[in-house]
Amino acid sequence: MDGMQLSRRGLFGTGGALVVSFALGGAKPAAAWTEKPVALEQVDSFLAIDAQGRVTTYVGKVDLGTGLRTGFAQIAADELDVPMTAVSVVEGDTALTPDQGPTYGSLGIQIGGVQLRQAAATARALLVAEAASRFGLPAETLRTEDGAAIAPDGRRIAYAALVGGKAFSRAVDPGATIKPPEARKVVGKPVPRVDIPDKVMGRFAYVHDLKLPGMLHGRAVRPPAMGAVAEAVDAASVAGIPGIVKVVHEKGFVGVVAKTEWAAIKAQAALKVRWSAWAGLPEQAKLWEHVRATPVAQRQVTSEKGDPATAIKGAATTLSASYDFAIHTHGSMGPSCAVAEFKDGRLTVWTASQATHNLRKQLALMLGQPVEQVRCIYQEGAGCYGRNGHEDAAADAVLLAKAVGKPVRVQWMRAEEHGWDPKGPPTLIDLRAGLDAQGKVVGWESEAFIPKGAGGNVDLVAAELGGLPRENLLSPGNIVHNLAVPYGFPAVRTTCLRLESTPFRPSWIRTPGRMQNTYASEAFLDELAAAAGKDPLQFRLENLDDPRGREVLERCARLANWQARPSPQRDQSGEILRGRGVTYVKYELVRTYVAGVAEVEVNRRTGEIRVTEFFCTHDCGQIINPDAVTAQIEGNVVSTLSRTLKEELTFDRGTVTSLDWASYRTITFPEVPKITVELIDRPAEKPWGAGEPAAAIVPSAVSNAVYDATGVRLRSVPFSPAKVRAALQGA
Amino acid sequence: MSQTLAMTVNGRAVSVTVDDPEMPLLYALRNDLGLTGPHYGCGLGQCGACTVHVDGVAARSCQLPVGAMAGKRITTLEGLGTAGKPHPVQAAFIAEQAVQCGYCANGMIMESASFLAQTPKPTEAQVREALASNICRCGTQPRVVRAVLRAAAQA
Ligand code: FES
Ligand code: FES
Repeated sequence: MDGMQLSRRGLFGTGGALVVSFALGGAKPAAAWTEKPVALEQVDSFLAIDAQGRVTTYVGKVDLGTGLRTGFAQIAADELDVPMTAVSVVEGDTALTPDQGPTYGSLGIQIGGVQLRQAAATARALLVAEAASRFGLPAETLRTEDGAAIAPDGRRIAYAALVGGKAFSRAVDPGATIKPPEARKVVGKPVPRVDIPDKVMGRFAYVHDLKLPGMLHGRAVRPPAMGAVAEAVDAASVAGIPGIVKVVHEKGFVGVVAKTEWAAIKAQAALKVRWSAWAGLPEQAKLWEHVRATPVAQRQVTSEKGDPATAIKGAATTLSASYDFAIHTHGSMGPSCAVAEFKDGRLTVWTASQATHNLRKQLALMLGQPVEQVRCIYQEGAGCYGRNGHEDAAADAVLLAKAVGKPVRVQWMRAEEHGWDPKGPPTLIDLRAGLDAQGKVVGWESEAFIPKGAGGNVDLVAAELGGLPRENLLSPGNIVHNLAVPYGFPAVRTTCLRLESTPFRPSWIRTPGRMQNTYASEAFLDELAAAAGKDPLQFRLENLDDPRGREVLERCARLANWQARPSPQRDQSGEILRGRGVTYVKYELVRTYVAGVAEVEVNRRTGEIRVTEFFCTHDCGQIINPDAVTAQIEGNVVSTLSRTLKEELTFDRGTVTSLDWASYRTITFPEVPKITVELIDRPAEKPWGAGEPAAAIVPSAVSNAVYDATGVRLRSVPFSPAKVRAALQGA
Repeated sequence: MSQTLAMTVNGRAVSVTVDDPEMPLLYALRNDLGLTGPHYGCGLGQCGACTVHVDGVAARSCQLPVGAMAGKRITTLEGLGTAGKPHPVQAAFIAEQAVQCGYCANGMIMESASFLAQTPKPTEAQVREALASNICRCGTQPRVVRAVLRAAAQA
């Protein structure tokens, strides 16, 4: 390819001299399995313009159902000055897209979109420079519109004529000028999502729908106790199932492959395996004792100021409390699925993984195969809210495809998804604080008990069970955020006790750590406000300097028609008690600001909490698509209410017992409150994430509202009716 | 012992050959007939992802043995409306942008279309009740309710 390139001199270096400056096709690095440039610093890694002027963008971040694809198309369309309909988006294909890191941490737009924007701005500058040299005019005199560069006298050259089908062969220019807010046409607008019509008409192709020629169906057979080992597998027990192809038993990994999906499902259920005994899980009733007794691997101080211990000791009023947050499953709507195919010694995997570039490395490691021979292609699946089972299903499909030498599709059954997806770890947080005689906070201390974390990947179930090579890290990392508080207290120490182990394979679930930590801190802060006899909103504002933080809180209070008074409210008569709670987060203390107000009704007899209204004010800086941001906030509120009020993994000493939707309860339509969202758009600021931050405020908003209604503080998620009744009786 | 079953799917006469009549209709639709609008979500009748219409009424195809479908009239999401003429519920889902990952959308739309056929002018509470056994993990519920009410208002 390089040989076909006519000039590699940078346009920026040639002062716009007339050169045929775009190479034909892209340079192809020899080492990796790539079909085009994918290096983060190259324009061609992010986009191509074909001979018809159609723009293809390549992004390593993927649309997990959040609308990211539409956001990327908006960004590219505006920055290049092409219609959105001319833009298509290729996501998460390790042979085609740059590795922009996994799609997590609400960084899809903040990092992925911003990198794409810079590449597109660079491309536009290159196109303008090339057009200028063809016109013989200075580049500054040209403008761009509708996929063409236009001279002051009206002459125009289409991008297709400038670069169509050729590569840019230039580095992304970090200094390339981004469109100012007033020049944006689609960015910042509620553009309808590009994927919705196909999804609504039944035309959308999910990874679950992929069908390759000669494809077989596989299912893994999991041990009945999580650590049990297959001692003997009786292949004859499924031989009578029509369509059965093979029973696979590789060390601890057991699976079946069949010609039809139904045969694979039947064989999975019918296969006779002798399993070893295992009962290594703690007793669920003693989960929190277990957490407290787990050895601490590391003490990580996340914020420190003054001497809080002494300040608290000498305070007029001292408070302490412990908050806990249950183990959760992702419970994706569609169980995890993947298709794997070995061809000419190379492996291709179609997957809905949020991290195809990482999965590729994990699969190569598991197989002992060079990473260059593995390609992972993202194809959308059911929404995942962090690292769920998609990667594990991929590993299952890979081992089964390898065993039969044919492409194999694996979709987990519901019980596998509930049982074997990695879990949000149990989290426990202790807090202490002191108030002076005027009700001012003099010291604040908190300790969170969370598993030891690493920046690496969650291991693949098949590699674990099969004793195959794996990274063997205890993820997740990064769950220490937001234990440090956004308030200006005079003395603070927040510490994460990183535990040596946790009962289930842990991973990130929507707003990991930030949610649990914010929940404890914002609810405990409310306890302090009540002890000080102050209005909870006012109490927050008294301790908050950040103007953007104050603004979301003040605007949310107006949105919710907040009436200033201390909690709890006075009227404790009747069966139904009503209250409201306010809460606030500055995500990771460095980005997106969110304030929320929940209104609740608590039934004193049944212990049921009904959240009737939820108000949210949200500042994520520049907004790419306000309707998509609103949808994310609504989604955060609904799914976190589900987690706060209902969700809880149950287990015995061997395995998970909440294996379906009847035993792992989630929010239902009648329980979803009215949600009112107010967005603060700051078009001149950086775009920050919106996929998670609003979730962080939900549990504390509810705890605070229930306290306001009843005078009883809930400190154990989920806030089940039984816990509410017990708390009311204890009050 | 394979057996061939004749049924009408999306207005077309089709036959499906299966070796197990107990196989749920869902797999015949998805794998034999290439209709992937209905999804596998739980296989337990708990979530709604697999919903189709059987003789005009919403039913969960993961719970219907294909052997019992002979002679039935089945409609899937693909057959509910056409690109040129989407069903009012489909049009309303697009208008309200009532989809995130969309894995649940099949169930939401098929259940709602069937519900509105019985209850053309529902209250919001009735809509919520009608969808009480449909799960969405992405949190589209507020928009789904709005979409169903919009479809009802425009029908
Ligand atoms: S898949 Fe049929 S109800 Fe869930
Ligand atoms: S949109 Fe993802 S489950 Fe409903």
